[in-house]
Amino acid sequence: MDIRQRLSPVVRDLPPSGIRRFFDLASQMDDVISLGVGEPDFVTPWHIREASLYALERGFTTYTSNRGLPQLCEAIADHLTRYALSYDPAREVLVTVGGSEAIDLAFRALICPGDEVLLPVPTYVSYRPCALLAGAVVRDVPTYAEDGFRLTAEMLRRFITPASKVLVLCYPNNPTGAIMTREDLESVARVVIDNDLLVISDEIYADLTYGREHASIAAISGMKERTVVVSGLSKAYAMTGWRIGYVAAPEEILEPMLKIHQYTALCAPSMSQMAALEAFRNGEQEKQKMVESYDRRRRLIVEGFNRIGIPCHAPQGAFYAFPDIRPTGLTSQAFAEALLQQMKVAVIPGDVFGETGEGFIRCSYATSATQIQMAIERIGEFVHGLLR
Amino acid sequence: MTEEKKHEILRLLHTNSRLSTEAIATMLGESPEAVSEVIKTYEEERVILRYSAVVDWDKVESGRITAVIDVKVVPQREVGFDAIAERIYRFPEVKSVYLMSGAYDLQVIVEGYDIKEVSRFVSERLATIENVNSTTTHFMLKTYKEAGVIFDDGEGDRRLVISP
Repeated sequence: MDIRQRLSPVVRDLPPSGIRRFFDLASQMDDVISLGVGEPDFVTPWHIREASLYALERGFTTYTSNRGLPQLCEAIADHLTRYALSYDPAREVLVTVGGSEAIDLAFRALICPGDEVLLPVPTYVSYRPCALLAGAVVRDVPTYAEDGFRLTAEMLRRFITPASKVLVLCYPNNPTGAIMTREDLESVARVVIDNDLLVISDEIYADLTYGREHASIAAISGMKERTVVVSGLSKAYAMTGWRIGYVAAPEEILEPMLKIHQYTALCAPSMSQMAALEAFRNGEQEKQKMVESYDRRRRLIVEGFNRIGIPCHAPQGAFYAFPDIRPTGLTSQAFAEALLQQMKVAVIPGDVFGETGEGFIRCSYATSATQIQMAIERIGEFVHGLLR
Repeated sequence: MTEEKKHEILRLLHTNSRLSTEAIATMLGESPEAVSEVIKTYEEERVILRYSAVVDWDKVESGRITAVIDVKVVPQREVGFDAIAERIYRFPEVKSVYLMSGAYDLQVIVEGYDIKEVSRFVSERLATIENVNSTTTHFMLKTYKEAGVIFDDGEGDRRLVISP
């Protein structure tokens, strides 16, 4: 029996993640300095962990409602007000198993087979497969270094077809660190409304911006009704392993998402929800300390790359630098592989995030200043060897 | 440079005194000269007293003893506790001296290489100082945390080498 022929063709034909191959390569080596990590280097602040321990001690180990703990939904709605977003916690908020589940739910609730999803690239690696699994056709909308990797209304308009239905936004962006200003979003919103599109806006890095406040497209007039805001606590509160994400959307969109969630995940882990509640209630100070620390390391890595002759725009959000390695003449895959083999520095080749990521590498600065400096020294040595 | 940034320099050096002036300058968006000037001023004003490392001595030396001694004294006219405190902190064995509120007056931390050495210091040097009324000596058994650093911290970087 050829089991492959009996698998779902959609899953069978999904290409493996480009990140996976580098993980396999890097994990076979010792003493690797990793700039390849997409998560904070902080351990979850102790008071948050302690809240979860307390919940466990009190036997808080049961299911919660499908939607999530009411007090957590309230805390989420309250948190979103800082981005001028207003949601009813009882009807318009859903707690999910990480931001990843939220993205999957959004695609499954919105997509009919054959619908087109517009994906500004370079972008986070999971949107495309999740959209494909939901039966969508994915159309890449390029963004360029020259525009600071921001999506422009002109470019979006150029890629819309009659089948276009959903636009995915991820700002602050993984992997480029780009953000969108309110003015940028307003011009994009006009195109979205003119073409009757829906938006999935992944705002998981919203709290991690440097020098500029995050703006949400859902806060723009006429956009809330057609936008699903996806977020979670993984990045800003250093809570990746807890798997707590959330969705905020109008009830008409949230209800179908809740239906899928209730039949698949049922609810997010209850002890993690208790930790998340503590994070929202008392985590602001610790979060700010982490943001300040990322900001300092951001300056260090950007200055370091520019000093060794690798042009690097200053990212304004998330914790990734996206330096331009085109002066070396190597492809991003060749660069990353040779850098790993010769200098034991792990970075992610930009092409795995989409076509316009080619010629760039993603470097996480969620690592110590010492590691960043060592990595820059090694990359400098590597690059000078190439350019000599 | 703003006061906040100046204090940030202190915080950075307090966490890692080996950070270079250039790295601090880059992280704060200032020039190395400006950072250097601030550090120099802090040193001159004795805000920065010394650069040192937090060391887990138990890993490299056995038999090292630290004692915390509660000392009750009679404060003296005009100089209060200061004169006695000075007589105590001048001894090289004494690592720290604090004036305390509560059940006793001075907390004295003494380091030595065995219990006898510390005991002799307490009975022959410390307890015999005029106006020292009593001493209570506690020997430290294990250091779990010092100067904000958790010893034998099990919270190393557990992240995978590469993740999305």
